[in-house]
Amino acid sequence: VNGTREVALVDLLDRLLAGGVVLTGDLTLAIADVDLVHVSLRALIASIEAGQER
Amino acid sequence: MNEPAGLASYAYAVARPFDPARLAGVRGVDGAEVRLVRYRDLVAVVSPVPLAEFDEAALRAKLERLPWLEVTARAHHAVVQAVAARSVTLPLRLATVYRGDERVTEVLRQGHWRFRAALDLLAGRVELGVKVYADPQATAPATPPAASSPGRDYLRRRRAQHRARDDARQRAAAAAAQVDAALAELAVDSRHRPPQSPQLSGARGENVLNVAYLVDAERAEELAARARRLEAEAPGVRVEVTGPWAPYSFAPPVGEEHA
Repeated sequence: VNGTREVALVDLLDRLLAGGVVLTGDLTLAIADVDLVHVSLRALIASIEAGQER
Repeated sequence: MNEPAGLASYAYAVARPFDPARLAGVRGVDGAEVRLVRYRDLVAVVSPVPLAEFDEAALRAKLERLPWLEVTARAHHAVVQAVAARSVTLPLRLATVYRGDERVTEVLRQGHWRFRAALDLLAGRVELGVKVYADPQATAPATPPAASSPGRDYLRRRRAQHRARDDARQRAAAAAAQVDAALAELAVDSRHRPPQSPQLSGARGENVLNVAYLVDAERAEELAARARRLEAEAPGVRVEVTGPWAPYSFAPPVGEEHA
């Protein structure tokens, strides 16, 4: 069990975008409907592809 | 109070009250200092963020930018872990933003008994992540005997590779089911997530199990030790344990809209 090592982004996004209590914020009302995991994966894949093209 | 000068309140977590002095120096999104908003026997941990940067259009655009997403996710997580080290903690979803602390208080008031019930359930417990991978080393096929023609040789080699990979995947799936059953015995709850893409994780091998366990804090080491033993007993699979995490995966639905 690793308490101190920097956590992997993919593990973090697993939790922050798919976990946590979902409350309706004042400024993020419609975000609740957005598939956040999908959004983040798209961003991740785009960044990986950009990295491979370099 | 409502935030002056176009500031909103970014909420990280709901927790049982603790001395705010113990959060001194903890910084959140954009490096802002965090503070506690209290309502009866609950606190929300918040920090000020510019209103304009967290409206729907801005957020939608930002979520597509990985550097922003990573920095924000790590800032959010750092606060949640700091709170979890001090009190029973209910992590909130990334980018939960209110127009001011008054609204945060209102949310605590409306969800009061559900927040309390959720915190009672999580008290003294931590989340551990466990991933099982089919080890690519074990899936590498033995070199088949040389054939007479290069074409046939190639096809035979390809078939052997596919067979070996399928076998390895089946072995890994069986091992993963065993690991899950053995670890679930030590846990109070579990959540299965879709396997992670190796492209995204950069991990070796195929992720065949991705699960989070909610476990009594004093049993966390035991679960990790059992995971290591299971890995040693199952050739061809790798078992990775992460955490302890704040209980992100076990945050129940407590939306105030159901009040």
